[in-house]
Amino acid sequence: MTIVSVDGVTKRFGERLAVDDLSLEVPAGICFGLLGPNGAGKTTTLRMIYGVTRPSSGTVRVFGIDIGRDPRAVRARLGVTLQQNVLIESLSPVENLRVFGRYHLLRDPELSRRIDELIDFLELRSHATVPVRQLSGGFQRRLAIALSLMNRPELLILDEPTTGLDPAVRLALWSRVRELRAAGTTVLLTTHYMDEAQRLCDRVAIVSTGRVIVEGAPAELIETRLAAETVEVDCRPEEEAWLLDGFHLPPHRLRTGNRIMLYLDDATPLVDHIRHRDHGDRRALVVRPTNLEDVFLALAGTSLEGGT
Amino acid sequence: MSLSVPHALSVWRRNAAMYRRTWMLNILPNFFEPVLYLMAIGIGVGSYVAQMDGMSYVEFLAPGLVCVAAMNGASFEVTYNIFVRLNFEKAYDAMLTTPIQPQDVLAGEVLWAITRSCIYGGSFFIVLMLFGLTPLPNALFVLAIIPLAGLLFAAIGIAFSLHIVTIDLFSFYFTLFLTPLFLFSDVFFPLKERLTGTWLWVAEALPLLHPVRMARAAFRGEASPILLWDLAYQVIVAALLLAWARRGVRRRLTS
Repeated sequence: MTIVSVDGVTKRFGERLAVDDLSLEVPAGICFGLLGPNGAGKTTTLRMIYGVTRPSSGTVRVFGIDIGRDPRAVRARLGVTLQQNVLIESLSPVENLRVFGRYHLLRDPELSRRIDELIDFLELRSHATVPVRQLSGGFQRRLAIALSLMNRPELLILDEPTTGLDPAVRLALWSRVRELRAAGTTVLLTTHYMDEAQRLCDRVAIVSTGRVIVEGAPAELIETRLAAETVEVDCRPEEEAWLLDGFHLPPHRLRTGNRIMLYLDDATPLVDHIRHRDHGDRRALVVRPTNLEDVFLALAGTSLEGGT
Repeated sequence: MSLSVPHALSVWRRNAAMYRRTWMLNILPNFFEPVLYLMAIGIGVGSYVAQMDGMSYVEFLAPGLVCVAAMNGASFEVTYNIFVRLNFEKAYDAMLTTPIQPQDVLAGEVLWAITRSCIYGGSFFIVLMLFGLTPLPNALFVLAIIPLAGLLFAAIGIAFSLHIVTIDLFSFYFTLFLTPLFLFSDVFFPLKERLTGTWLWVAEALPLLHPVRMARAAFRGEASPILLWDLAYQVIVAALLLAWARRGVRRRLTS
C-alpha cells in the first residue's frame, strides 16, 4: 500500500520556484528520507503533504485521500514534528501534551493514558512537570516529537529531527524512530545529515533545487551510482596525472580543492599504487566506506552541508 | 471547509491553560483600574459637576467604564497576544499539523477574546457593585452587553492584526483608534448635547458608542427602540469583519 503519493507537484512563491515537478511514493511501513541542502524544497514538500501549502500544480494523496479535499481526515491520522519546536514555554511537558491532545479531541481517561505512555516512551519522566523553558534542547526536542505522536499516527513526518542536538540525544531519537517503524508506523523525514539517512532510512530521495535527482535504498544508491570504498587523498591538480599514472582509473572520481576522491570496489591496489609512487613518503590518505554525501556530491556537483 | 466547534474550543483551551498559570497576576490590575478611575474622575472631577444627564457624575460614568473595560480586555488579546502567537510562539503552525483548520483558530481566538472581555468587564462590574453604583437588578443586563462588546472589539482587532506586518503598528491602533473612542463615545459626557445635525449621525459610526448606550440604558432601567439599532450595529459589524478575517486567517496560516 502507498501511504504518500506526490505526483508531478510544482510550487511557486511568486517568481521563486520552490518545488519543480516533484514526484515520490512512500510505501507503508518504511522510513523514507528526503535529503538535500537547505533551500532544496524539502520543507515545502512536507507542507504540501500535510496540507498547509497548496501545490501550484500536481496532486498529493495521503492514505489514498486527496489532501486538498479533506485535510482534517488526513491530519487526524498523521503526526508532524516541525523543524522549529513549537512548545508552550510557560507550561510543563504534561500540560503541553494535554493541550495538544485536545487539538485531536482526545478526552480523559484516554488523554491521560496517552500522555503517560509518551512521557515514558520519550523518557521525559524526570522533568514531566517542569516548565518547558527550563528544559535542555534535547528534552524540548523529545517533547516536540511526543506531541506529534499524541494521536498514534500512521504516518510520522519529521522535519530535520536532530538538527542541533548532541550525539547522545541523536542516537536516542534514532532508536525511538526505529521502534515506531518496527511497530508499523510509516516515517517520512527530512535531513541534511547523510549519516542519519543512511542509518535510519529504508529509502531516500535526494532533492536538489526542487526536484528529486535520485531515489532508492541507501546501499543500492552507493553501489549503483559509485562504489563501496572511497580513497581520499591530498593531491594538487598538477600532480594528479603523475600520481595516478599507470593505474587503471575507476570510473568515478571527484576533486574538491587540493583533495581528490576515488570510488572503487576495493581500495587496496590504489593505496599500494600511491604509496609506491611516493617512494614511502606517506601523504595524507584516507580509506573509508562510500556514503550518501558522496552520492550527492557526484550527482549534484555540490556539497550537502554547504548548500547551493 | 466548515467550522468545527470542538476544534475551536481546543484552541480556546490552549489560551485558557496559559492564562490559568498566571491568572492571579493578570486579574489583579483589572480590579485596581476601575477604583482609580472612579476615584480620580468619578469622585475627583465629579465633585465639580452638579449633575450630568439627570444623575450624579459618578453614576453617569459607571456603565460606560464597564464597556471600556470589555473593549480593552478583548483588544489586548486580539492585538499583541495574537501577534505573539502567530509570529513568535508559532502556535498556529502547531495547530495546523492537527485536524484544526484556520477558521477553527479564528473562532477559538474570538471566543477567548470574549472570555477576556468578560473577565475584565466583570471585575469592573464587581468593583462598581462594591461602591453601590449598580442599581439592581436592572444593571445585571450589562452582563450580556459585556460579551457583545467583546465580540465587536475582537472582530475589529483581529481584522486589523491579520493585515499588518509589524508589531509597532499596534501603538497606532491603541493611540489613534481606541483612545479617541474611549474619550468620545458617551463615556465621559453625553455626545448628543455637544453635537448637532449631521455630526450626530456621523457619531453613530463609533463602535464603542453602542455598547455604552446599551449599558447606560440598563443601569437606568429604560428600554427604547434605539437599543435595537445598537444591537444590530454590533452584530452586523462583527459579522462582516469576521467574514473578512476568515479570509485573512487562511491567507496568513496557509500558503
